[in-house]
Amino acid sequence: MNYHWNWHIFFEPDPTGATTYLDLLLRGLLLTIETALFAWIVALVFGSIVGVMRTLPSRSASWFGFAYVEFFRNMPLLVQLFLWFFVLPELLPRSAGLWLKQLPNAPFYTAGIGIGLYMSARVAEQLRAGIGSLPRGQRMAATALGLTRAQVYRYVLLPMAFRIILPPLTSEFLNTIKNTAVAITIGLIELTGEARSMQEFSFQVFEAFAAATVLYLLLNVVVVTAMRLLERSVAIPGYISGK
Amino acid sequence: MKTLHILGLALATVLGVSQAGAEELTGTLKNIKDTGAITIGFRDSSIPFSYLDDHQQPVGFAMDICGKIVDAIKNELKLDKLEVKLNPVTSSTRIPLLANGTIDLECGSTTNNAERQKQVAFTNTHFLTASRFVAKKANNLSAIDDLKGKSVVSTAGTTNIKQLTEANAARNLGINIIPAKDHAEAFLMVETDRAAAFVMDDILLASLVAGSKDPSAYAISKDAFSKPEPYGIMLRKDDPAFKKLVDAATAKIYTSGEGLKLYDKWFMQKIPPKGLNLNTPIAPELKAEFAKPSDSPDPDSYKAM
Repeated sequence: MNYHWNWHIFFEPDPTGATTYLDLLLRGLLLTIETALFAWIVALVFGSIVGVMRTLPSRSASWFGFAYVEFFRNMPLLVQLFLWFFVLPELLPRSAGLWLKQLPNAPFYTAGIGIGLYMSARVAEQLRAGIGSLPRGQRMAATALGLTRAQVYRYVLLPMAFRIILPPLTSEFLNTIKNTAVAITIGLIELTGEARSMQEFSFQVFEAFAAATVLYLLLNVVVVTAMRLLERSVAIPGYISGK
Repeated sequence: MKTLHILGLALATVLGVSQAGAEELTGTLKNIKDTGAITIGFRDSSIPFSYLDDHQQPVGFAMDICGKIVDAIKNELKLDKLEVKLNPVTSSTRIPLLANGTIDLECGSTTNNAERQKQVAFTNTHFLTASRFVAKKANNLSAIDDLKGKSVVSTAGTTNIKQLTEANAARNLGINIIPAKDHAEAFLMVETDRAAAFVMDDILLASLVAGSKDPSAYAISKDAFSKPEPYGIMLRKDDPAFKKLVDAATAKIYTSGEGLKLYDKWFMQKIPPKGLNLNTPIAPELKAEFAKPSDSPDPDSYKAM
């Protein structure tokens, strides 16, 4: 292998001269974190609503939930982002389309919403499974107490279902973080994007991607640890997921 | 074996090694001789330098030059047969594949600059290109200052986006700079009005415009963000014998007039697969470089005669 290793490259100034390559990567990491958090909030909100809809007795609600989930999870994420970013504005009336295209930070919001909706289909499926795993008697007992349907979900079903699905939700959160890398297709220069820029400028391919890998790993370790702590702090003895 | 001796001597002088070690071929040349094959890395859409035609075969200006280099290697090593293997590369894979020996030459449109020379070597420059921008004619943008306050796209990780950033700061233009993943996507942004202009190497802009739905709708600026920068064919660093041979072969192509003929074929006439014509007459700087081939990464060293 005729490769000139240079691990000091991270402390060398990048081509703009303003920062070092390390700063470039850290800036990318920050954008990755911001995008992932934004997407994760979207995923949790929409996923919870759709997940609940799929367990309601109403036929139209569960049909809508089914269609939503199948629509978002059966299309590659890459294609979805491309559709949101390039195709949607063309389908709108010209003035609305132009307004949308010229919004500042369009790649960030498109990526956050696009990845969020894609992940929401997966969150919805898990929530449905979580609610489905509760004994039927829970729902019946709650109704017998005189709770309305909203109260049944709010006070009985959802608190237990969310505790049950916390471990799989952790992996969905990790997936959300990793999926942000797809957003370079719409020009969001996050961690992977910055690693690519770095290798284009400096030609130090392996150093750039090794650093990106380490940063992704560290970020995910932090998330896993935080989610463990969260699981422990919300666990209730006697519940299915409690100890 | 006489040529081998001369080659070995040249190698010995360059490296300053002892005579005993200089008898043998080393590096890439030894490898080519042993395996009877050379591997060329090509790009799939660097029109007209290196791209796939309608039969999925790599063709282009740089590919033709590499073909001649291969002939020169074959002569030099006195091989009856030299197998040419073709390997596709992208901007992210070209360095690892060259470093680990998968490819021996990268024939495309890679900019030769000082920073990259720390990692790889380049042979004589085969093209010079400056950073300009393309915009829709309807928007009437021709000078860099016309971009004030507009959204302008460029491809992430290129020297072009760096020059755009610098010009933006230096002239206080308040441009909203959008990075794009690749050239096709960046051009799509101009096509769909997401960006008013796209800053890139002028020759790549010319090929994107020629291949667009309506080439007459776009205009490339006269104003340039940079001096003309050199493109070179890339080879492994620290292999002086191979570089010397490739340099001599390319110099022969350019000085003999063959270079001009190839230029005419790829830049002034219809090229496959769609019969596009880039219609880009040779720049005076490149003409001067062809007369006096150079592998310098410094844009200032290329001057019109």
